[in-house]
Amino acid sequence: MEKEPLFSAKNLKFLTGPFSANNPVIVQILGICSALAVTVQLKPAIVMALSVTVVTGFANLVMSLLRNGVPSRIRIIVQLVVIAALVILVDQVLKAFVYEVSKQLSVYVGLIITNCIVMGRIEAFALANKPWVSFLDGIGNGLGYGLILVIVAFFRELFGSGSLMGFRIIPESWYMAEGGFYSNCGLMLFPPMALIIVGCIIWVHRSRNKDLQEK
Amino acid sequence: MDNIKPTFSKGGKLGFLESTFDAFETFLFVPNTTTRKGAHIRDCNDMKRTMIIVVVALMPAFLFGCYNTGIQVGLEGFTAFFYGLVRILPMVCVSYIVGLGIEFGFAQARGHEVNEGFLVSGLLIPMIMPVSTPLWMVGLATAFAVVFGKEVFGGTGMNVFNPALLARAFAFFAYTPSMSGETVWYSDWTMMGAHVDGITGATALEQLSTTGAMAYSPLDAFLGFIPGSFAETSTLAILIGAAILLFTGIASWRTMVSVFVGGLAMGYLFQALGVTEYPAWWHLIVGGFAFGAVFMATDPVTSSQTNAGKYIVGLMTGALAVLIRVVNPAYPEGMMLSILFMNALAPLVDYYVVEANISRRRKRVKLAK
Repeated sequence: MEKEPLFSAKNLKFLTGPFSANNPVIVQILGICSALAVTVQLKPAIVMALSVTVVTGFANLVMSLLRNGVPSRIRIIVQLVVIAALVILVDQVLKAFVYEVSKQLSVYVGLIITNCIVMGRIEAFALANKPWVSFLDGIGNGLGYGLILVIVAFFRELFGSGSLMGFRIIPESWYMAEGGFYSNCGLMLFPPMALIIVGCIIWVHRSRNKDLQEK
Repeated sequence: MDNIKPTFSKGGKLGFLESTFDAFETFLFVPNTTTRKGAHIRDCNDMKRTMIIVVVALMPAFLFGCYNTGIQVGLEGFTAFFYGLVRILPMVCVSYIVGLGIEFGFAQARGHEVNEGFLVSGLLIPMIMPVSTPLWMVGLATAFAVVFGKEVFGGTGMNVFNPALLARAFAFFAYTPSMSGETVWYSDWTMMGAHVDGITGATALEQLSTTGAMAYSPLDAFLGFIPGSFAETSTLAILIGAAILLFTGIASWRTMVSVFVGGLAMGYLFQALGVTEYPAWWHLIVGGFAFGAVFMATDPVTSSQTNAGKYIVGLMTGALAVLIRVVNPAYPEGMMLSILFMNALAPLVDYYVVEANISRRRKRVKLAK
């Protein structure tokens, strides 16, 4: 049997599929909770996106390697151990290198364990596929999740705080306190607005991809 | 009008503007078609006429709002009225232009008729905001309410929440400092060469919740000579509007009465418990309680549909409003939140009312056997 190249078109599809047509947040509707919690500012959202990508990628890889040795009755426990170990690793790395952001994310890094995407992909994909494609699928889903996180955080930080990545975009002199006319939209800082933005993204996405529309 | 109609009908030159044309035609002329489908009571009024009556009922509160706006910045007589009118008209225009623009766009894109619900909503939105609200906030709040309160659910008649209140809720949570609190009545404006002094004053409600007393006499509060959102201050003007609505049978007296009863009962409960020291009926004359009870809670779309449901929803709306006012220090005004909350619960209440009715009648059938 001829060996398939690592980045064949078929394999790449596992990586890029979750960006749009099979996006975990806006199509599979997974991982909404953390999308609401960490998207007030752009920087924590990006860090969160990368953390989830690493966890889903490697959790998929490890579980795919173990898939033939784990009895299906105890697979959930094994999955939890693998995911928990990865999340603790990620948490320690974040604390070591980006302490400020890690403090901002606080409990939500630990809560990656309960992120539906991680376990969902293991159950739906890694347990039935070879390690390499499982790894690609995990990375792809993590990035697809991150994409939505970044879009939501972009709007929330821009309109909620008037800045991006902590840099001021809307000039101070526009604000009412400085005699201007503008005021930040306080609603953007509340989680419900994140849900509404996700809803808008879904709206735009569905109207561009007619085949995804539910009848 | 009839001559140019074919141009806009299906297949005509400007056929894609059919909804827009239809909206203007039926707005300007009484259409010669009446509702045919469904279990409607057919009379000479179509929905547009109904909405016009609501607008008429809003007029006393609107006109008084103009007058009071002037009074609050220290003007008198006709100048005061004129000042208020000049302040409010841009807000009304912005609300109508933004809201109707979006409605027409959606109706056009989906190929259905433009509905007239927004005639009322568009007037209500500026009326329940402070006059000092910047115009762009009014526009943004209107856009939010129309898109997410109405069009997402399928347009007029399908909305879960009252669109006008949703606009206020959006503005309230997004731009809290501009919408309530102590600096609402900030006004610094030059009119016709004469400089109007800027004033900053706490609304009566704010005073009630922070100090437990009002700087205004109850009579002033009833007549409406107090600061507050544009049209909510005068309970008297609102009651005139309520009379018009009840006389024409457009609003449900069940909802209206039970909101007042609910609020009063809760107020007396708090008074009896010693939580509040001012008389319970003060709740009914300050803030947006009366306005909400008369014009918002009675919205036929978002309120309960069954008679028993109307009593339940009304009582809970009034009681919740007073509860929020008294217990939650962050929200001196609870009317908006309680009505929106009960909007969400109304279908549930209706469901159980209908279920109870079914099971009662089923029992009766069993007994007969």
